[in-house]
Amino acid sequence: MADIVLDKVSKSFPDGTVAVRDVDLEIADGEFVILVGPSGCGKSTTLNMIAGLEDISSGELRIDGERVNDRAPRDRDIAMVFQSYALYPNMTVRENMAFPLRLAKLDRATIEQKVAEAAKVLELTPLLDRKPANLSGGQRQRVAMGRAIVRSPKAFLMDEPLSNLDAKLRVQMRTVVSRLQKQLGTTTVYVTHDQTEAMTLGDRVVIMRGGAVQQIGPPQELYDHPANLFVAGFIGSPSMNFLHAAVEEERLRTAVGDVPLGDRLRRELAAEDAPRELILGIRPEHFEDAGLVDEQTRGRGTEFEAPVEIVESMGSDKYVYLTVSGERASAAELEELAADVGADGFGGGAANLVTRLSAESTVAEGENRRLWFNLEKIHLFDPSNGRNLTLHEGRAAGALAS
Amino acid sequence: MAASDTTVAAKWRWGLLDVVVVVFALVPVLWIASLSFKTTGTLTDGNFVPREWTLDNYRTIFSTNQFVRALGNSIGIALIATAVAVVLGTMAAYAVARLDFPGKKALVGVSLLIAMFPQVSLVSPLFEIERSLGLFDTWPGLILPYITFSLPLAIYTLSAFFKQIPWDLEKAAKMDGATSGQAFRRVIAPLAAPGVFTTAILVFIFCWNDFLFAISLTSTERSRTVPVALSFFTGESQFEDPTGAICAAAVVITIPIILFVLFFQRRIVSGLTSGAVKG
Ligand SMILES: Nc1ncnc2c1ncn2[C@@H]1O[C@H](COP(=O)(O)OP(=O)(O)OP(=O)(O)O)[C@@H](O)[C@H]1O
Ligand SMILES: [Mg+2]
Repeated sequence: MADIVLDKVSKSFPDGTVAVRDVDLEIADGEFVILVGPSGCGKSTTLNMIAGLEDISSGELRIDGERVNDRAPRDRDIAMVFQSYALYPNMTVRENMAFPLRLAKLDRATIEQKVAEAAKVLELTPLLDRKPANLSGGQRQRVAMGRAIVRSPKAFLMDEPLSNLDAKLRVQMRTVVSRLQKQLGTTTVYVTHDQTEAMTLGDRVVIMRGGAVQQIGPPQELYDHPANLFVAGFIGSPSMNFLHAAVEEERLRTAVGDVPLGDRLRRELAAEDAPRELILGIRPEHFEDAGLVDEQTRGRGTEFEAPVEIVESMGSDKYVYLTVSGERASAAELEELAADVGADGFGGGAANLVTRLSAESTVAEGENRRLWFNLEKIHLFDPSNGRNLTLHEGRAAGALAS
Repeated sequence: MAASDTTVAAKWRWGLLDVVVVVFALVPVLWIASLSFKTTGTLTDGNFVPREWTLDNYRTIFSTNQFVRALGNSIGIALIATAVAVVLGTMAAYAVARLDFPGKKALVGVSLLIAMFPQVSLVSPLFEIERSLGLFDTWPGLILPYITFSLPLAIYTLSAFFKQIPWDLEKAAKMDGATSGQAFRRVIAPLAAPGVFTTAILVFIFCWNDFLFAISLTSTERSRTVPVALSFFTGESQFEDPTGAICAAAVVITIPIILFVLFFQRRIVSGLTSGAVKG
């Protein structure tokens, strides 16, 4: 077990690609850290640098306080689980799991015992004499995990370990991974593409974009207090709604009505170089059917009317899709996020809103409905650099903060 | 495969085709085998199955020093050339498949060039070179050109096999604590084994069957190989027909190849890498 520190770590490939740029990250002993971001943002490269499979171009990597930049993978005592599992096809499950121990020259009895233990934890005991070719995807995945845990390494690195499994198995394995990590208390760095894995597994999440870290923090904090447009759009499913907002004196003009501004924002936006256009971000759950909002809360938000397109009743709540007339929010970050999820427009296209209303709402498709949204929960972003303007000392305070 | 391929009619069609191919390939071989068992008198009687069986032809070839020496030369030269070509080829192919080094394209290009070069045009220069280097009519004098001309083949076959082995396996081995050498020996090499054996067979057959270099670069029994020795076969006397003896020798020299292939074929199991990675 160990702490891992990345100190301004960068990676540039011989062809000039800068895959990772000045990453600073301190991973505490026993911590479970998730690296997440769109395809090609440098997650695997970062992981491979920690593993020692890629050279570090600049910066320093320290494990347990020791600089390990120039150490071979075998001298770092770190285990890795690959997306492809990378099981040795010529060896049985038992031999696969014993391989690291045999390389470490442990005696036969110890190896037997450790393999048996790991197999028991991962429920692999009946499969020990099979070859990987005769295992199911989930079983292969467990063997890969087994091979990582047998030698009790200082840290685990996992590169999208569950992405090859089908949805159901993935949920199941997610809890296995989580339980295993808690049980062993081993420092873990986990790369994923998957929202849910990022939100549920880790103690802290690192969001990367184009090789640079965007924000680091516990999942809930990233969700509630995104530092920028990219993080806001990346975390959350369905994702945050983004609308174009024009700055006017004391208020913002948007497709969902005028948004009043608190003192702090007004002061900030009064500056010479302040942006005249902003992007308004509202999470789906911060909308509500105007008829269901009590008098007390009503004052904290504002209302608007819009035609309802689709209603999806989930039982516990209703997802309601609406169209509002108005300009579509545009920023480089949003394009990138849209490209990553494979949609042509982010946040539901031109000015489409996704809202999550209470189940009691009587909203019906085709009608015009009055909706309310919470001004304390909205975010405002500077489209030029994506910065979250509502964030004050790391906390988002909505539009009205004074 | 479509369902129609497994119908009875299709089975018959394929079966018939297989028989035709096998007969076509085997009849000349069997004919030679048959000739080798015939007596001089019945040699030309045109029977497929010999009327009078004899082992005289075999006795003859093994009683002449000429053939036994040639057999020894053939085995020695082919085995050494194969071993060296496979070892060098493995290393080169591994580099070609795995590394991005300067001059990689040139290396591949040059080896392609060698493979395509008409060997006949190289015989005279090689003859001159070997004579001035003192390699003419020696084992190395044949082993060296065999290695040269089989290496491209070896590199191509082997790099195709190496490319099939998932990169991740090697990374996994390194993470598991293996040195590069250990990763190669314990993970990559076992998986590349079918490729190595296939290559070994191909190279061995090439060396074993070569006639062109063997006849041009040798002059005595010291290093003459069997294909050449066969062409020098004469009967006991000028009037004796050596056909029977040549056939017997031909049968004898196919045996090592069959053994070699059978021995290695068991190791050429396909799908050895399945299960390593998903998909
Ligand atoms: N060997 C290489 N040479 C040049 N560029 C590379 C190399 N390997 C990766 N890259 C580039 O570095 C960037 C980061 O790659 P990386 O594999 O770390 O992405 P990732 O975040 O893991 O993406 P994914 O989610 O698709 O796995 C990419 O733009 C990629 O094209
Ligand atoms: Mg990756």
